[in-house]
Amino acid sequence: MGGLSWPLLVLGGGKIVDKLVEMKNIHKYYGRLKALKGIDFSVGDNEIVGVLGDNGAGKSTLIKIITGLHAFREGEMYIKGEKINPRHYSVKKAHQLGIETVYQEQALAEKQALWRNIFLGRQKTNALGFIKVKEEKEETEKVMRELMGFTGIGANPDSNIKTLSGGEKQGVAIGRAMYFDADLVILDEPTMALSLQEVDKVLNFIESIKTRGKSCVYISHNISNVYPVSDRFVAMDRGKVVGRYNKDEISLDQLNEELISVTKVK
Amino acid sequence: MDSKLLNSKTWEKYKTQIALISIAIFVLLLFIITSPAVFLSPQIYRSFLSTVPFVGVMALGLTLILAMGQIDLSFPAVMALSGFVFALTYQLSGSVFLGMLACLLTGSFVGMLNGLLVTKIGIPAIVVTIGMQFFIRGLSNVLSQGSALNMNVGDNIFYRLFAGDLFGIPAQAIWFVFLSILLWAILFRHKFGEHVLFTGDNEDATRMMGINVDKTKIIAFMIMGGAAAFAGILDVFRMRTWWPTMGEGYLMMTVATVFVGGTSMFGGEATILGTFIGAFLIGSLEAGIVAAGLSGFWTRLIYGLLILVAVTIHTVMNR
Ligand SMILES: Nc1ncnc2c1ncn2[C@@H]1O[C@H](COP(=O)(O)OP(=O)(O)OP(=O)(O)O)[C@@H](O)[C@H]1O
Ligand SMILES: [Mg+2]
Repeated sequence: MGGLSWPLLVLGGGKIVDKLVEMKNIHKYYGRLKALKGIDFSVGDNEIVGVLGDNGAGKSTLIKIITGLHAFREGEMYIKGEKINPRHYSVKKAHQLGIETVYQEQALAEKQALWRNIFLGRQKTNALGFIKVKEEKEETEKVMRELMGFTGIGANPDSNIKTLSGGEKQGVAIGRAMYFDADLVILDEPTMALSLQEVDKVLNFIESIKTRGKSCVYISHNISNVYPVSDRFVAMDRGKVVGRYNKDEISLDQLNEELISVTKVK
Repeated sequence: MDSKLLNSKTWEKYKTQIALISIAIFVLLLFIITSPAVFLSPQIYRSFLSTVPFVGVMALGLTLILAMGQIDLSFPAVMALSGFVFALTYQLSGSVFLGMLACLLTGSFVGMLNGLLVTKIGIPAIVVTIGMQFFIRGLSNVLSQGSALNMNVGDNIFYRLFAGDLFGIPAQAIWFVFLSILLWAILFRHKFGEHVLFTGDNEDATRMMGINVDKTKIIAFMIMGGAAAFAGILDVFRMRTWWPTMGEGYLMMTVATVFVGGTSMFGGEATILGTFIGAFLIGSLEAGIVAAGLSGFWTRLIYGLLILVAVTIHTVMNR
């Protein structure tokens, strides 16, 4: 799918549908620090977008605005065609809109059981809000076996997160995002703590997002991981988008050189 | 305790409680040995059942607050102010029910103020609640002009429910058991409790998963305030009087109860059974010391010793 054919996509039946995510001139401050300085960014239907850039470029900040964690100041954001009011947008709302995220920080609570970490915020409860513990644990067992590829040694749904290895923790964070079957999966440095073999699993997962017709934003410092699975690339530097590339227009080596030249101190 | 006796998983899960029960049994045996006449008769236990719940109910609230990685030092004053509102509303309206309602509302309202100052202004809870403690104590002094209020409701249904005997057991004890079970269910089986534990464990991660952390904190502080108000209700019923110094002396007892029980300051973890046992342990100490013939001077020393020993054991075991 051509990444630059925005703003509108025409889907089957002639129905005109806006892009999955569309951001225009987004600004974000942390106190006085200006982290995003007028970003245009979009994610189309069934598109994998690789986001690249140095430490502190604003990649995580950008995706945290999409996930509802941070409110933006200026600019406009549309998700599935719906105009987002930053004051009423939230992580919960993003979940409802089908956005799942694997945060760079993993977003796991160390002293809590694995099964609780999977369902936090989306608990299976009765009408009074009491958790259906057995059901959540059984589902977790399934998630672990089928989605995370845990082979049954060591970890189980009752394990505390602090007893897991770095790779296992990442597996939980990714498994959680897979379980809730999103229209948009955002992965922020998902392969940091992983062995080569585990990295392959993550890349396979991203490819499966594509085959299932869903979309993905994939942030990584490792261009050789991002390149093969992405449809297009967005390069960021110091709060700005400094380059946009379609995969069919650029080779891995060219992309590498581009990134070095666009992020050079001017 | 020999870990071979238990399978290691069960041991891991319950070691804090097992350690605490062992300490409790040890202290009880010590009491029985030093003053068998007192500690082999049921009277003393009956008296514990009616006195321990005041601190116990507040300790339950504090357990929730500590599970969330927060602290509240204002509850003894909240107990006094809510108790005052209870007695005053009763005197003015003649309705016990209205009095209790006003009392609980007062307690949770102060809790809400604590929660708002902590979350919306961003002041650390220890600072907020120390300030609030002075303010609320001062407020009840000003409102009452330092004099006690009579609260003789006679022997009506409310008195029996909150200060009488139910099934031959002091009502306070039954409330304490009921509230312990309720709080356990909320903390470990309800989604609100899960939000509390996660907030205490990793606030940022909890936000990332879409939990309204501020709301969770405010509600928890309101529950703490409500618990203090409930302790006030129990105390006013029992003494048939409200007096301005109510709750004074309960602060350290309550904090000690929760720590001896095995709940840590670091948040994300808590034990309700621990708090329950801790309340009786702390609550029986003074009687045991006096019965053993030691002078009152010993009380603090032994309190301190027990707290340090218990906390050391908990910490070493959880390393
Ligand atoms: N919560 C925060 N409060 C204050 N400043 C922040 C916060 N989060 C990020 N920043 C700052 O905003 C800028 C952008 O950070 P961001 O995390 O978005 O970068 P990034 O591109 O994800 O970097 P990395 O590759 O290291 O993850 C940085 O200067 C960072 O220090
Ligand atoms: Mg980042």
